[in-house]
Amino acid sequence: MSQSEPLLQVVDLKKHFPIHRGVFRKVVGAVRAVDGVSFSMDPGDTLGIVGESGCGKTTVARMIMAAYRPTSGEIWFHPSNGEPRVDLAQIGHAAMRSIRPHIQMVFQDPFASLNPRMTVRQILAEPLVVNKVCRGRELEDRVRELVELVGLKIQHLNRYPHAFSGGQRQRISIARALALYPRLIVADEPTSALDVSVQAQIVNLCLEIQDRLGLAYLFISHDLGLVRHFSRKIVIMYVGKVVEQALAQPLFARPLHPYTEALLSNVPSTRPSRSTHKIILRGDPADPINPPSGCPFHPRCLYAQTVCAEVVPPLEEVEPGHLAACHFADTLHLMGCDALGCVI
Amino acid sequence: MVPVLQVENLRVHFFLDEGVVRAVDGVSFSLEAGKTLGIVGESGSGKSVIGLSILSIVPAPGRIVDGRILLRVDGTGSEPSQVDLVKLNPSGPEARALRGHDVAMIFQEPMNSFSPVHSIGSQIMEALKLHTDVSRHEARNRAIEMLRKVGIPQPERRIDVYPHELSGGMRQRAMIAMALVCNPRILIADEPTTALDVTVQAQILDLLRSLQEEFGMAILFISHNLGVIAEISHDVLVVYFGRVMEHAPVDVLFSEALHPYTRALLKSVPGIDTPVRNYLATIEGTLPDPSTQIPGCPFFGRCTECEGLTICRDEPYELTKVADHHYLACPRLCIRS
Ligand SMILES: Nc1ncnc2c1ncn2[C@@H]1O[C@H](COP(=O)(O)OP(=O)(O)O)[C@@H](O)[C@H]1O
Ligand SMILES: Nc1ncnc2c1ncn2[C@@H]1O[C@H](COP(=O)(O)OP(=O)(O)O)[C@@H](O)[C@H]1O
Ligand code: SF4
Ligand SMILES: [Mg+2]
Ligand SMILES: [Mg+2]
Repeated sequence: MSQSEPLLQVVDLKKHFPIHRGVFRKVVGAVRAVDGVSFSMDPGDTLGIVGESGCGKTTVARMIMAAYRPTSGEIWFHPSNGEPRVDLAQIGHAAMRSIRPHIQMVFQDPFASLNPRMTVRQILAEPLVVNKVCRGRELEDRVRELVELVGLKIQHLNRYPHAFSGGQRQRISIARALALYPRLIVADEPTSALDVSVQAQIVNLCLEIQDRLGLAYLFISHDLGLVRHFSRKIVIMYVGKVVEQALAQPLFARPLHPYTEALLSNVPSTRPSRSTHKIILRGDPADPINPPSGCPFHPRCLYAQTVCAEVVPPLEEVEPGHLAACHFADTLHLMGCDALGCVI
Repeated sequence: MVPVLQVENLRVHFFLDEGVVRAVDGVSFSLEAGKTLGIVGESGSGKSVIGLSILSIVPAPGRIVDGRILLRVDGTGSEPSQVDLVKLNPSGPEARALRGHDVAMIFQEPMNSFSPVHSIGSQIMEALKLHTDVSRHEARNRAIEMLRKVGIPQPERRIDVYPHELSGGMRQRAMIAMALVCNPRILIADEPTTALDVTVQAQILDLLRSLQEEFGMAILFISHNLGVIAEISHDVLVVYFGRVMEHAPVDVLFSEALHPYTRALLKSVPGIDTPVRNYLATIEGTLPDPSTQIPGCPFFGRCTECEGLTICRDEPYELTKVADHHYLACPRLCIRS
C-alpha cells in the first residue's frame, strides 16, 4: 500500500473577511485572516501550527472543517485508501456529509463545546445516531468503549457536563471526536484553558490514542514547547502567512526565519540558571486588516533591509524539507535553541 | 532590616452556604525593595486572593479571618515602623491613601482597571491627583512621562486615546503606567501577561524588570506559568490549596525543588530534556474540595513520594526552614531531618 498520497494537502489557501461600513453595508476593506497558506500532512502524521493570536490559525481550521468557504485555494483531503481525494474548498453540503466522519475537531474551550443539557451518553451517541453508524446494544457498547478509551468510567455516562472538571470535559470532547473513527483530528488549542498537570494528562491521552488508532492530528497552539513535544512537522504562521515550515528537530535547532528565532528566544525558560538570549521585538503583531507591505514581519524584524518593505518574500525550500519566507533565509545565521539557551 | 511588606499567617476565608472555603490558609512571606517574589500555583490555589488581601479589597463573602499584613512606614529620621493593613478599615481614608500610593496592582485584563468612557490620560492623571498635590498641567506632564517610560510611542498624542483604541500589549503598558505613576513601593501583578502573546509577554516582562531597576519597587508577581515565574522572580512561593508548599530562591526552586508538589508540577511541563512524544509526568487526582478542612498536607493522596505515610496526613501543616532562604511544608521531609 502506497503512503505517497498525502492525507491533507492545503494549497495557497486564503480567507479574506469583508469589512462592511455604513447603512448600505458597503465593503470598505478586508481582514486578510489567511493569506496564502500551504502545507501537507500524511496519514497518521502530526502537524503543529504555531503563531500569535489573530494570525489565522482558527480560520485555517474552520476552512478544513468546511465551516468557512475559502476566498481561494485548495484543501485536498483523502478520505481513505482507494477513494478519490476531494477538495474541501469546493465541496457541497451533500458530499461533505460523507467526509465529515473522517475529520473531527476538538476545541479550546471544553465548557462551551459541550451541550449542557445532554448527558455524556447522549453527547457520545449523537454522532453515531446521526450518521446511522449503530443503534441499540451496539450503540451502547460503542459509547462505553469511547468513554473508557478516554480514561473516564461507565458511571460517568449518566452525568451532565457541569459535573466534570475542565480536564474531564476535554476528555469527553475527545471521545466525541473519536466516535466516527476519524482519520484526522483538528485540535485547536485543546489544552490552553487547562492547568499544567491536567494539560499533561490530555497530551498523554492524545499520544496514546494516536499510538492505538493511528489517526493524524493537526495540532494548533501558541505554546511552542507543547508543539515541539507533540508534532513531527511544524508550521509557523505570522499574519495569515506561513513564514517557516520544517520538521520539529531542524526548526528548533536551526530556525531560518527571524520571527521563529524571536519566538524561540521569548519562550519563558524554567531553567533560570541557564543564560538565555532574549530578542525583544518592537511593536505589536501586525494587523491583518492592514498588513505591512513586503515582508509582513519587516516592521519588527531585526534584520530588515530596504527590500523587505517592498517585496513579499516567497515561501521557499531553503534546505531539504525546510521552508522559509525571508529574503535572507540562506545568508542569516540565526540562533537555535542551543545558542539562545532556550529550554523547549 | 525591616522588609517593605511582611505577611504573617494570613487566612482569608469565604463564607458560602455550602461551607467555608479556606482560600488562603496560613500564608507568610515578605517583600523586599527592588526584589520580585513570584507566587505560582494552579488555578484556585489562592494566588489572587493573597493579592487582593494586601490591597484590602477581598470581595464578600470573603474575609481576612487571621494574620497580619505589615507595611513598613519610614518616618522622618527615626527607625522605620510598621502598620498592620488588616487592622485598617478597608474603606477608611488611611487604607484608601495606601492603595495606589504605596501599593498598586495590575491585572490580567486591563479593561477591568480602566473605565471605558475616559481617556487613559485622564485616568492616569486622576490617580496622580488622588495621592499627590499636583497641578493639572504638572499631572499631564507626569502622565506623558510615565507613558513614555512604559514604551508607548508618541505619548503626547496617545495620552488622549480611550482604552479600547489600544492593542492588548499597549493597554497592558498603559495600566502599568497608571499603577506606577505615584511611584508605589509595592506592585502586585496578578497574571499580567497571561492574555498576551509570547513576543508581547517578553516585552512586558522586560519592561517590568527595567522599571523595577529604575524605581526600586518590590513586585509580587502572581502567575500559573512556571516559565514566567522563573524568568521574573528572585524568590518563589509555591502555593497549593491556600497554603505555601515551598519557598525558595528562584534557582534553588527550579533546580533543587524538594516538595513533591513542586517537583510534580515542574515535571509536567515539556522541556528540552523531555524526550519528544514521551508521556509527560502527570499529577493524578484533583484538588481537594475547597471547603474540606485538611489538617496535614493537602497534597496527601496525590503525592507519589510519600507512599501513604500517615504523618503526611496527620501532622499539622507547618512551613519549616530546611536551608538558608529555603522553606518547606512536607512532614515526611521535615520531621525526618
Ligand atoms: N468570522 C470572522 N469575521 C471577521 N473577521 C474574522 C472572523 N474570524 C476571524 N476573523 C479575524 O481574522 C483574524 C484571524 O483570526 P483567527 O483565525 O481566529 O486567529 P487565531 O486563531 O490565530 O488567533 C483575526 O484578525 C480575526 O479578528
Ligand atoms: N468571590 C469569591 N467567592 C467565593 N469563593 C471565592 C471567591 N474568590 C475566590 N474564591 C475561592 O477562593 C479560592 C482561591 O481563589 P483564587 O485566589 O482566585 O485562586 P487563583 O488566583 O490561585 O486561581 C478558590 O477556591 C475560589 O473558589
Ligand atoms: S524578509 Fe526581511 S523583514 Fe522579512 S524576515 Fe527576512 S529579513 Fe526580516
Ligand atoms: Mg484561535
Ligand atoms: Mg487568579
